[in-house]
Amino acid sequence: MSGTLTLNKITAQRGISVGEAAKKIADLGWNPSYVQEAMTFPTDYKITKAPKDPMKQVLRSYFPMQEEKDNRVYGALDAALRGDMFRNVEPRWVEWMKLFLAIIPFPEISAARSMAMVGRLAPGEDLRTGFTMQMVDEFRHSTIQMNLKKWYMENYIDPAGFDITEEAFGKCYATTIGRQFGEGFITGDAITSANVYLTVVAETAFTNTLFVAMPSEAARNGDYALPTVFLSVQSDESRHIGNGHSMLMSMLKEPENHLLLERDMRYAFWQNHAIVDAAIGTFIEYGTTNRDKNKESYAEMWHRWIFEDYYRTYMLPLEKYGIKIHHDDVQTAWKRLTEKHYVHKVAQFFAVGWSANFWRIEAQTDKDFEWFEHKYPGWYAQFGEFWKWYEKLSHRGQTNILFNSDVGYVYPHRCWSCLVPCLIREDIVTDEIDGKLHTFAHELDRWTAVEAFAGEYQGRPTPAMGRFSGRREWESVYHNVDIADAIKDLGFVRTDGKTLVAQPHLRFDQKEMWTLDDVRGHILKSPLQTLREMSPADREKHLAEYRKGFTINPCN
Amino acid sequence: MTAVQTESAKSGAAGSAVFPDSDSRKYRYFEPRSKRATHYEDVTVDVQPDPERYLLQDWIIAFPNGKGAYTKDNTAALSSNWHAFRAPDQEWERTHYQRQSRIEAMVQAVIANGRKSGAPKSFDKAWIKILQNHLGAWKHAEFGLGTSLMQAQRYGYTQMINNATLTNSSYKLRLSQDITLYLAEIGMDIPGFDDAAGKRAWLEDKGWQGTREAIESIMGSPDYLEQYFATNIVFEPLVGELFRSGFLMQVASSNGDFITPPVISSAEADYERNLANTIDLMHLLVTDNQHAAHNKKLFQGWVNKHVALANKAAAGLQPIWSQPHSKPVQYADARAQSVERIKKILGELGLTLPKE
Repeated sequence: MSGTLTLNKITAQRGISVGEAAKKIADLGWNPSYVQEAMTFPTDYKITKAPKDPMKQVLRSYFPMQEEKDNRVYGALDAALRGDMFRNVEPRWVEWMKLFLAIIPFPEISAARSMAMVGRLAPGEDLRTGFTMQMVDEFRHSTIQMNLKKWYMENYIDPAGFDITEEAFGKCYATTIGRQFGEGFITGDAITSANVYLTVVAETAFTNTLFVAMPSEAARNGDYALPTVFLSVQSDESRHIGNGHSMLMSMLKEPENHLLLERDMRYAFWQNHAIVDAAIGTFIEYGTTNRDKNKESYAEMWHRWIFEDYYRTYMLPLEKYGIKIHHDDVQTAWKRLTEKHYVHKVAQFFAVGWSANFWRIEAQTDKDFEWFEHKYPGWYAQFGEFWKWYEKLSHRGQTNILFNSDVGYVYPHRCWSCLVPCLIREDIVTDEIDGKLHTFAHELDRWTAVEAFAGEYQGRPTPAMGRFSGRREWESVYHNVDIADAIKDLGFVRTDGKTLVAQPHLRFDQKEMWTLDDVRGHILKSPLQTLREMSPADREKHLAEYRKGFTINPCN
Repeated sequence: MTAVQTESAKSGAAGSAVFPDSDSRKYRYFEPRSKRATHYEDVTVDVQPDPERYLLQDWIIAFPNGKGAYTKDNTAALSSNWHAFRAPDQEWERTHYQRQSRIEAMVQAVIANGRKSGAPKSFDKAWIKILQNHLGAWKHAEFGLGTSLMQAQRYGYTQMINNATLTNSSYKLRLSQDITLYLAEIGMDIPGFDDAAGKRAWLEDKGWQGTREAIESIMGSPDYLEQYFATNIVFEPLVGELFRSGFLMQVASSNGDFITPPVISSAEADYERNLANTIDLMHLLVTDNQHAAHNKKLFQGWVNKHVALANKAAAGLQPIWSQPHSKPVQYADARAQSVERIKKILGELGLTLPKE
């Protein structure tokens, strides 16, 4: 007898099934008849079919589940301190977290805000709980990441940069790329931003590199905190992917949405590639000290997660619904990552501008060179000399690499669309918007800014579509300004009033740390303004030269 | 391939070297409200930036009308410093999940234990009808406020405002689901319990139409702050607390129901927190050194509009007080208490309750 009895069996009582519970909860909504809800989030999409919730979500089970996840996260953070994690952590890695964690809480909370947009637009209430959970999830992600950053600040050898984090996010020439990402979730056509760009592409495809690949690399560098927090964050994403897919299926039902979906899938895929691969690729490949040749490179992980998983099993099947998928874009992105060394050029750009950053960038060394050459054949010929220069010029008294003409680096134009500079030089294109000349990193970036983000798309009015705005080229903010004055204005100076927050090395010795006086005397220029000031003939000549690229001089 | 190996620090731990700012272990870009920043402030303040703090390049994507992601004109209220607000409940993700999870555990334990002892079967018959029809209708009011606040949390000018609105929405949506599942579960134990009656009452019953109109008016407002204000400053004291505390909580036990009060009680505790947050924000605005008069006038207009709707809603619900067999509390007493409550709330803000 005792073998067949359990406490559950003794105490069990009849309850309602999860399916029944979800059904009853979905019936909480109604169509208002006294006052209509204002349609405050514009979209050009037509949505008539109510999205279904395949995950049958209810808050009763959600909150305890999340609390349990939190308990594990915070317990692990305590354990990491007890285990003296920071004694063995690699500073090269933690320094890049100053950039990463400055960026990521804003896109996260933007995603929470965007749930208001899809929640209002989705007919019916079936998916309301899903959107609610995602809203609270994103609130979780944003504040749990701020907490992690605070934790690093309190326990890591050099807290400078963490201590100004959200201010730095609004100002730095690198975080501007992250703002394009986060603002993309909440501005413009509500479906383009909150559904396609955020959920269907960013969350479904690119969170794998963000929240899975990054943690693996963190662990290899002695950082057990980031995996703890970010794998917990990633565990929420499957629900979000479900929300996005369900909305997508509703929109597919309307043939007149298909052109817009084609446009938005194209824009979102390309821009996610340009932004996420730039940032995460750099963190993973250049923030690590682990050069195990058996581990996957960023490009290899990208092929597995983005190409095989996302492109083949998520994007391709959309064709059967009549959505044109741009296969060439995926292939082009892949080639940029492999043949054209996109990530390496981004890392090089970040390093060149180190003095206007708020974290330390250490030089790559022999051990790194070998690994890069093994994983990315041809890497050393293009980047080896540069990193030797970088190491050489990391000592005070040398001329800042940004202005050192011995090196041979040519400062790049900024892409008006993705805000990553035009680093694959041969691909630069220009076009005009409202009579003003702009530079773009690739034809697809030009298409995004000029054709997709416009009031009309292929003859169809798109009045809800957003516009690119603001002083998008960071460099124009400090055109003709001395770098030292710019750094001071940015607030990237330590509290002694002279030592830079950023340093081109990991030497934690005051004598080695660069100050404003070490960088003063060099004037920043906006490549775009300079280009605009040229005669048409000079401009063409300049661009032809630009497309040829540059050669780094040998470093002896 | 040759490059000089850089010398790395031996330890990455705090204190293992001394250099400028090696001891800078506090976020130093915002002014804490008190001497030291709270944990809530550290994880909340300035995560949502704006051109004043610190978008050097302004918003870089705009809506077709040229406006950026967040603008001050999403509300008619004005502030000389939107960034000053800090939510008194200091909620961030961890405290939010802890609280919500505790409530869910409490509610489920109460329902399970009540059902185990057969309690729903011994509820008074008239009371069962009240739960079925009126608590059943009320869950839609809570849901409407939850969705309205979910909408509102997109629009505030700072992270502090939007996160307080977000948690308020989360509390309301949890409550609406708790009530839904509670009724469905006790409904299984009560023969003839009609789970769909509540929605019918909400949509069709004359007594509920005033409440529905008041809720839809809040949901339909394009001003996010009006939604937040109307919910917590007006609707909750005049209708929410009136029905929950002034009726359900006080009448249930004398009609044999010991389950409903604890299920509903969490809402009252939620409201205390949300009210504190709302009053603090509105107080900043009515004492603003530049815009106090404007805001006071605006808020008085919102009070006038939503009090009229809430009064109509409360009057519509009055007959419910006479439906139970046991009537330990009169509508007039409950109503007097809720009028007293709103007077106190409005008094904090220097606003007045319009005469009926």
